[in-house]
Amino acid sequence: MAEAAAAEAAPDYDSLIEGTELPESRTRIRRVDLIRYCGASGDFNVIHWNERAARAVGLPDVIAHGMLTMARALRIVTEWVGDPGAVAEYAVRFSRPVIVPDDDDGAELLVTARVAKKLPDHQVRIDLTARTGSDDAGWDKVLSMARAVVSLPR
Amino acid sequence: MPLDSSFIGRTYPAAEVYEVGREKIREFAEAIGDANAIYRDPAAARRAGHADVVAPPTFPIVITARIGEQVIFDPELGLDYARVVHGAQRFVVTRPVRAGDRLIGVLTVDNIQSVAGNDLISTRTDISTENGEPVVTAYATLVARGASGESNQ
Repeated sequence: MAEAAAAEAAPDYDSLIEGTELPESRTRIRRVDLIRYCGASGDFNVIHWNERAARAVGLPDVIAHGMLTMARALRIVTEWVGDPGAVAEYAVRFSRPVIVPDDDDGAELLVTARVAKKLPDHQVRIDLTARTGSDDAGWDKVLSMARAVVSLPR
Repeated sequence: MPLDSSFIGRTYPAAEVYEVGREKIREFAEAIGDANAIYRDPAAARRAGHADVVAPPTFPIVITARIGEQVIFDPELGLDYARVVHGAQRFVVTRPVRAGDRLIGVLTVDNIQSVAGNDLISTRTDISTENGEPVVTAYATLVARGASGESNQ
């Protein structure tokens, strides 16, 4: 994982153009990431670490916490804006779980985003798309209506 | 079995103050894989205009989940937790959560409805400092899949 840039270089509101794409983000979610998120968040629901329990409730395998997917997806925004404190609003719908197999690769999360609208008061709305899958097998959307509102410096 | 709609409008206050620590923020940032220095380094946070390191925007879920357990596991509501999935989540930030904050949350059940055999429960948790300064509001929708429903989220 690359170190995020420091907050110095936030995008400039006035010169920003609606439709601008943010740099794409590809990360992996492995079983160890789910265990770590269990500990950090306090959400130890068995479907996030025990495949026997996951299958018993009809899931194909262990799934990532929706909140981990939501947090991972937002990195595309926090790395672009620099200061995570600039995020004024963030909303998602969880459309499909990220299935995390018990292997070294885990699941790949592909996130794209674009500047959807310039709002008053130096705010912009960023629309995000988060998918899981692979270039070979295709990609499935895991979040829908994923939107962040970010306050840019004056 | 439909959920008890008389729960709409009920409020659940936090049992205790949540004190936000620098190391907890660091631990959460590492768990979500976000390397931003403003979560870790007080000097970097100050350069960005913050009094101390700030928490990732989704961090308030740690606080709201504790309060939410009171509702989810309230036997009178009749929610079968094994069938519950997270439907939607939204954070509206007044100012970022930062280290040193002493926060309290109050959860309100905004709505309960039945859609296509599934039960939806929507909650709002208003988080403020113990002195009453608003910090963030978290909105969550939980879906209890109907016994006949086979869809997974």
